Amino acid sequence: MDLYREVILDHYKNPRNFGHLEKPDSVTEEGNVTCGDRIVMEIQVNKKNEINNIRFSGEGCAISQASASMITETVLGKNTEDVLKLSSKDVLELIGTQLTPSRMKCAMLPLEVLHKTILALKR
Amino acid sequence: MLNEQKIRKDFEILNQPINGKPLVYLDSTATSLKPAAVLAKLNDYYTKYTANIFRGIYKISEEATAEYENSRKKVAAFIGCTNPEEIVFTRNASESLNLIAYSWGLSALSAGDHVVVSIMEHHSNFVPWQQLGKDRGWVMDIWRTNAEGELDLANLDKLITRKTKLLTITAVSNVLGTINPIEKIVQKVKSLNSHCIVVVDAAQAVPHMSVDVSQWGADFVVFSSHKMLGPTGTGVLWGRYDLLDQMRPYNYGGEMIAEVYEDRTVFKAPPHKFEAGTPHIAGVIGLGAAVDYLSGLGMDAVRAHEKDIVEYTLEKLHEINGITVYGPKNTDNKGGVVAFTLRYAHAHDVAQILDEDNVCIRSGNHCAMPLHVYMGVAATARASFYVYTSKADIDLFIQGLHKVQSVFT
Repeated sequence: MDLYREVILDHYKNPRNFGHLEKPDSVTEEGNVTCGDRIVMEIQVNKKNEINNIRFSGEGCAISQASASMITETVLGKNTEDVLKLSSKDVLELIGTQLTPSRMKCAMLPLEVLHKTILALKR
Repeated sequence: MLNEQKIRKDFEILNQPINGKPLVYLDSTATSLKPAAVLAKLNDYYTKYTANIFRGIYKISEEATAEYENSRKKVAAFIGCTNPEEIVFTRNASESLNLIAYSWGLSALSAGDHVVVSIMEHHSNFVPWQQLGKDRGWVMDIWRTNAEGELDLANLDKLITRKTKLLTITAVSNVLGTINPIEKIVQKVKSLNSHCIVVVDAAQAVPHMSVDVSQWGADFVVFSSHKMLGPTGTGVLWGRYDLLDQMRPYNYGGEMIAEVYEDRTVFKAPPHKFEAGTPHIAGVIGLGAAVDYLSGLGMDAVRAHEKDIVEYTLEKLHEINGITVYGPKNTDNKGGVVAFTLRYAHAHDVAQILDEDNVCIRSGNHCAMPLHVYMGVAATARASFYVYTSKADIDLFIQGLHKVQSVFT
C-alpha cells in the first residue's frame, strides 16, 4: 500500500488550495484527454514575483490530484523563478515514493500546468 | 466444459508467483498468455529447421515452407474458409486493416463515397478510414450504440445509401463486450446496397468463439495471433479471392513477385502477392500451433467457459458499491470483457491497487477513445477473460475491488 500512503490519500480526499481565485493574474487548464486527468492552476503574484495566492481545481486519479494539492502548498510564497526550476525530482520527493513511468505522467501534470501558468504571466 | 485447472498447467507464467503471490491475469483482450505447445513449436523453428521459406531446395528450407503453408491451411479451416489462398499473413489485425484501406480502399473509393464505421471500433478500425478519408474526400458516417452498448440494425436503413461503399464493424467490442450479429448485419447491408463491402474486425471474436466466414458473408475479416494464444507479430487477413485478386499489392519486394525485369514486374497471385519480404516465419508456425490448441479445446467450449465466467463476474460486481458496468448485461451477447468505473476511484488508481495483489486489469480508453467520449467517460477499468481464467481469479479481483473501496471511502 506504499503508493497510497496516508499522506497521498489525505491530499486526495482533502485537497489543499482547491477552488478558484476571484482575480487571478494567470489561469491555465490542461489535461490528459486519454485518461481524464485534468488540472486548472490559478495564481496571484505580488510585486516581488512571489506567488501570494494559488488555487487548483480539476479531476482525475489520486496521484494527479494529490500531487496538485502538495505542489500548491509547496509553492505558496515562493518566487516564480524558483518554481520554474522545480522538476520531476522535486515532485517525486513530495509524493514520497517510487512511481512507475505511467504514474509519473499523472504526478507531473500539475507541475507542468503550473509552469505554463507562470510562463503565461510574462506575456 | 473446459477443465481450466488442467489448462492452467499449460501456462508456465501462471505457475510462477510474483512477490510470493500468483499472477491473476485479467487482460487477455490486450494480449493472451501462451501455452507450452505454442512456445515449443515456435522454438522448434529456431532450433531444428531455421531456414527461409520458398528459397531453398535443401531439407530444412522445405520443412520451414511446409510448416508455414500448413499454418495457412490450419487458419483457413479454423475460420470456415475453404480456400487457403484467401488467408494473408500480416503483422497483426491493425496491419490487416491498413492493407484493406490502402490496397482496396484507395482504388475502390472516390471522393464523396460514404464509409460507415461504428462508434465502438478500436482505433485500428477507425483511424485508417478517417485519415485516408480526409485525404480522399470520403464521408465517414458513424453508427452509434444505444445505452446498453448495442447497435440497432434499423439504423442501417438510414446509414446505407447508394453512395455507401464500405461498412466496417467489430464482431466483438473490446470494451463493451458486445457481440454484434455479423451475419444479420451483412445480410441487411447487402440487401440495402449489394455493392457495399463489409469488413469485420474479428480480433476479439476468433480467439473466443466459433467463427465461420462463409456463414458471415462478409468480404474481409481480420484478426491477430497474439490475442489467440499465438505469438506477437503475426496477424491474419481473410479476403474474398476475387477481391484480393483485383487489389494492388500493399508492399512490394521479394517473395510477392513471380518475375522481375528491368522495366516491369509480374506479381504472384494472392495470398503471396501481399506477403513481401521474409515474414515472421516462427510467428506463423506458432499461430498454427495455437489453432491446434484451440481446436483441441473446441471453440464452443471456450465460449461457454467465458460466458460462465462473465456471468459469475457480473453477479459479484453487483456487490460492489458505486460501480457502473458498461455494455450489455445479457451474457448471450456479451463476450468475456467487462468495463467499469467506480464513483470514488479513478481507473488508474483501481488498476494500481489491484496490481498490489498481482491482479492485472487495464485502465484508460482501451484504444476506443471515440466510444469513451460518446459514453461521456474519460477512462474505464477493464477486466477480460480467456481459457485459463478461473472463478478463483474473479474472487481475487472482487477482493481487490473491496480493497479499493476501503482505501478510497
